[in-house]
Amino acid sequence: MPPPRNRRPGFSRRIQFGLFIGYVVAIVGAVLSLGLALISRLDPAGFSMMRTGMIDISAPIAAGGRAIIRSSGAVEHGVTDYFFAVSQNRVLLRELAAARRKLIENRGLERENIRLRQAVSLIEAHDDVVVTARLIGSTPTSTRRFATLAAGANQGVRPGQPVRAVDGLLGRVLQTGLNASRILMLTDGESAVPVRLARNGVPALARGHGDGTLTIHALLPGGSPFRDGDVVLTSGTGGIYPPDIPVAIISHPKGDSAAAWPLADPDSPDFAIVLKDFEPPLPPPPEAQP
Amino acid sequence: MARRITSEREFRVALLRARAVPIVTTMAGSACALLPIVTSWPALPPLGLLMLLAWRLLRPEIWHAWIGLPLGLFDDLLSGQTPGTSMFLWTVILIILDFVDAQLLWRDYWIDWLIATIAIIAGISLGYWLSGLGGTEASLLVAVPQMILSVLSFPVTVRLCRLLDTWRLPS
Repeated sequence: MPPPRNRRPGFSRRIQFGLFIGYVVAIVGAVLSLGLALISRLDPAGFSMMRTGMIDISAPIAAGGRAIIRSSGAVEHGVTDYFFAVSQNRVLLRELAAARRKLIENRGLERENIRLRQAVSLIEAHDDVVVTARLIGSTPTSTRRFATLAAGANQGVRPGQPVRAVDGLLGRVLQTGLNASRILMLTDGESAVPVRLARNGVPALARGHGDGTLTIHALLPGGSPFRDGDVVLTSGTGGIYPPDIPVAIISHPKGDSAAAWPLADPDSPDFAIVLKDFEPPLPPPPEAQP
Repeated sequence: MARRITSEREFRVALLRARAVPIVTTMAGSACALLPIVTSWPALPPLGLLMLLAWRLLRPEIWHAWIGLPLGLFDDLLSGQTPGTSMFLWTVILIILDFVDAQLLWRDYWIDWLIATIAIIAGISLGYWLSGLGGTEASLLVAVPQMILSVLSFPVTVRLCRLLDTWRLPS
């Protein structure tokens, strides 16, 4: 079937002109929108009114169908579980062994901690939670990894605040609407989190891959500080993320970098906890020189 | 379903439906990004783009190329891509398709699918670059399963559009 030739303008001046104007509008619009895309890349906070408005409008739609989440997540997991049952079993056994060692280690640490805390009679502050809310959606069609949280500016959520699940760090708040906000997930390609190894405190950087995994880069070049099953925690360096939130478990160390799985599984959403911005304590002022 | 248009009012309703159905269904495709699925990889095909291509290849005469601007803006706002990405890509795809239409002498189902395949792969990869992921840890490989899924689900989308098309136009 040859393509319909309805677009051939014929001899009517008016129709020819209309077609021409249509193309002018399209080309000018395309150039402008390319500019818009480039500008918003350089300045992610720009046009926030437009985007946050949309978050608010779209959140109730996503929340309405939330009952489906569990089942859809379960289907995906059900299928992949069959494919990777053996390798997963091996990984889990290894993790279990690592966790057992860790547990024993931690018991000792816990005792020591209690003792030290009694010594300085330190009262732990628990006021760093802003709000606890549900994750109600994500960006399934986009290569970026954002999630939508059912709490926004009205609940005290501000851009930049860290977000964690019970199991570990999820990411941080990117944009807030009035009653919903968008979260930059740990696994997004543009996310980088300062971390350290739980075992020996080696500093590293966790970068997202966009496919649910992370890469951990050691900050000191050379050597191979990572081991299979190592847990990395946030280090608190540079602020934003408070220290000692579990981030990921290392699976494939390779030189001074390693592949890792985030501990908070973003596929099975549950409650997310928004924390206050972490500001590292200022160093003591330099003593006056005599 | 032999409907006859008997009054002025019915004519206007029919006209409105004929114009609105492609636009509304494409927007509905974009709105699929709101499905309450939290995934750690791009699991859904870009259904807005698929609907746009299906309508455009099925009915080249219904839209001018500039329709990519408003529909793309809507898609950008819902999908979480950097604003302007789909606006730019969709409009450019439509302009190029107009050009391709003028060149091709023969088209059938397979050529349409081939055109759609090229458009989908180009759309997803350029969308990846425009969202600022080029040069980061997230390689384009992340989007490959999504591309394959999109290309394979294109015929289904065309089927859907054909059904909608027969409903849209009164006989």
